[in-house]
Amino acid sequence: MKPAVLTGEHFISGDAACAEGALAAGCRFFAGYPITPATEIAEHMAHRLPDVGGVFIQMEDEIAAMAAIVGGSCAGVKSMTATSGPGFSLMMENLGLAVCTETPCVIVDVQRAGPSTGLPTLGAQGDMMQARWGSHGHYEIIALAPASPQELFYQTITAFNLSERFRTPVLIMTDEAVGHLNERVVIPESGAIRTVNRTLPKGRKDRFKPFRAGPDGVAPMAVAGTGYGVHITGLTHNEQGYPVMTAEAQAAMMERLTTKIRRNLDQIIRTESYRLEDAEIALVSYGVSARSSFSAVDEARNMGIRAGLLRLVTVWPFPEEQIRRLARQVRALVTVEINLGQIHLEVQRCAGDRAPAFLVGHSGGAVIPPEQILETLKQIQGV
Amino acid sequence: MNRPRPKSDHPLDELLRTDRVPHIWCPGCGIGTAFSSCLVAVKNSGIDLVKTVMVSGIGCSGRAAGYIKLDSYHTTHGRAIPFATGLKLANPELNVIVFSGDGDLFAIGGNHFIHAARRNMDLTVICVNNFNYGMTGGQAAATTPTMARTTTTPFGNPEPPFNLPLLAFASGATYVARWTILHTRDLTKSMEEAVTRRGFSFIEVLAPCPTGYGRRNKEKPLDTLRMYQERTIIRNDANPAEAVMDYERGITLGKFVDVESPTFLERYERSSRPAPPTAASDRGGCA
Repeated sequence: MKPAVLTGEHFISGDAACAEGALAAGCRFFAGYPITPATEIAEHMAHRLPDVGGVFIQMEDEIAAMAAIVGGSCAGVKSMTATSGPGFSLMMENLGLAVCTETPCVIVDVQRAGPSTGLPTLGAQGDMMQARWGSHGHYEIIALAPASPQELFYQTITAFNLSERFRTPVLIMTDEAVGHLNERVVIPESGAIRTVNRTLPKGRKDRFKPFRAGPDGVAPMAVAGTGYGVHITGLTHNEQGYPVMTAEAQAAMMERLTTKIRRNLDQIIRTESYRLEDAEIALVSYGVSARSSFSAVDEARNMGIRAGLLRLVTVWPFPEEQIRRLARQVRALVTVEINLGQIHLEVQRCAGDRAPAFLVGHSGGAVIPPEQILETLKQIQGV
Repeated sequence: MNRPRPKSDHPLDELLRTDRVPHIWCPGCGIGTAFSSCLVAVKNSGIDLVKTVMVSGIGCSGRAAGYIKLDSYHTTHGRAIPFATGLKLANPELNVIVFSGDGDLFAIGGNHFIHAARRNMDLTVICVNNFNYGMTGGQAAATTPTMARTTTTPFGNPEPPFNLPLLAFASGATYVARWTILHTRDLTKSMEEAVTRRGFSFIEVLAPCPTGYGRRNKEKPLDTLRMYQERTIIRNDANPAEAVMDYERGITLGKFVDVESPTFLERYERSSRPAPPTAASDRGGCA
């Protein structure tokens, strides 16, 4: 019997590090469906969950996998699934259910090039807008973008913590390159890992209202089988959880669903700044593209171009304030991502007319080489 | 006579969200009867109500989860079974009842049904079959009889329907029964058996939908009930392949399958955790 937290130094893939992060965070239920390049996460969980008292199940499709983890979480167990583009599309339906019913869960998208079946074995970052708006209706979502196996370990823990804290699904938007990359991953002692559990209700069970927000905007969550007799529905509902088919009820529910995220951006959004202090041109990137961007910054500096990098650790909610601030400081912003301009549009929107925004991207199938970034930096610099 | 009616408690009040009455079901609809049978079965069975959960999909029958005063989950269209699977696997102590309609469970949710049956997932699945999509106004379903008229088969349904007990049996369900809402004693008894046994239990309940189906097929609510009385044959233990579902030849009712077989979780424990669990076993999560 192995412990849940495999303290020590490991040389493992990003996918394996993600699975270990989930276990360290307290995930004890995984429902999945095989898909390249995310299959290794399911395989790792299938192997490890029985060791730690959890359950793994391979479902009949990704629709079922997503439905199952929402159910698992409603029964009080931290739950996760992992997939890639085609499966991510199928999960959008019950992702909306998790948003609407405020059910914590974690979904990993190891991105590959699309649309459709696309390039199953080759990476891309083309699902970033799907992560934001893929399920129908207007809603807030949290999405993280790890850039290394080590970070996949930690960000998977963060994803569970945020999902439990804010009662919302959290997406881990990694990609084939990071998922399949083998690197050194250090797993700390279990006591050094901070885990967050959802707030459970207190007080009289017969008076409990499952969607009455606490002072922090988040409602305590009653899990199945604990005597609260809750009714939970994906229909628009009131604080009691009962369906109410009016525009007023819709507005009240949406107000709560959106403000619990929008009012706590400082607790959610994380970015990393690299050589930005005196930068004239700022790269904005995330995931594997940020790794290319780090070297591009260094090479540009060697050539006398004052470049820097803002790495988005959190992609959604979008770090609007950070981009606005940056746009006031630099001459130009350059978004680096493996698509034809998704986060670029957000950067452009936030920069407004303070600074021009450029894109270094392509349609997927390879990582972006630092040279491609450097070319754009040279053009902007006029050298 | 305008005398105020004395307030009398309904015998199932303790299991009903009376604050949600009136319900949405039409006059003459059979869902309420199937739902009452389910509540009576749950009450009589003696199972722990705190640990009993109802899960529904979308549609008229799917609204049942909103009226039962237990933990209840009204999920997405067709996904009640995989959602219920997650509940059960995360907390095996829960008694999980899926109560939904034929359109939800067998068209959009058909794939989930056959796989949960194959796994012998420990769930009770109750399907109210009213032969059409009632909530959206009477469209053809995977259960609509051939040549029946619906809003999407205005000239008669060109498709044959599923025989649900046969599908359930072929998929691996370990308990299979079919009743109508007229056969409430048999139906309630079946439901009680289903919620107290282990494994994947499936009960089909035939129910009239006068608004969606009946009025387009010259069936008034009482006509449907008369057919339930006159054209049904009870044949317990009948081969599900011979459990006919045809008003002309007669409708076969009964308990067709009731066999013992290890559930998914029992097999999972045996294959993945052969050693006896230790006291220090850490379940984690937040339960």
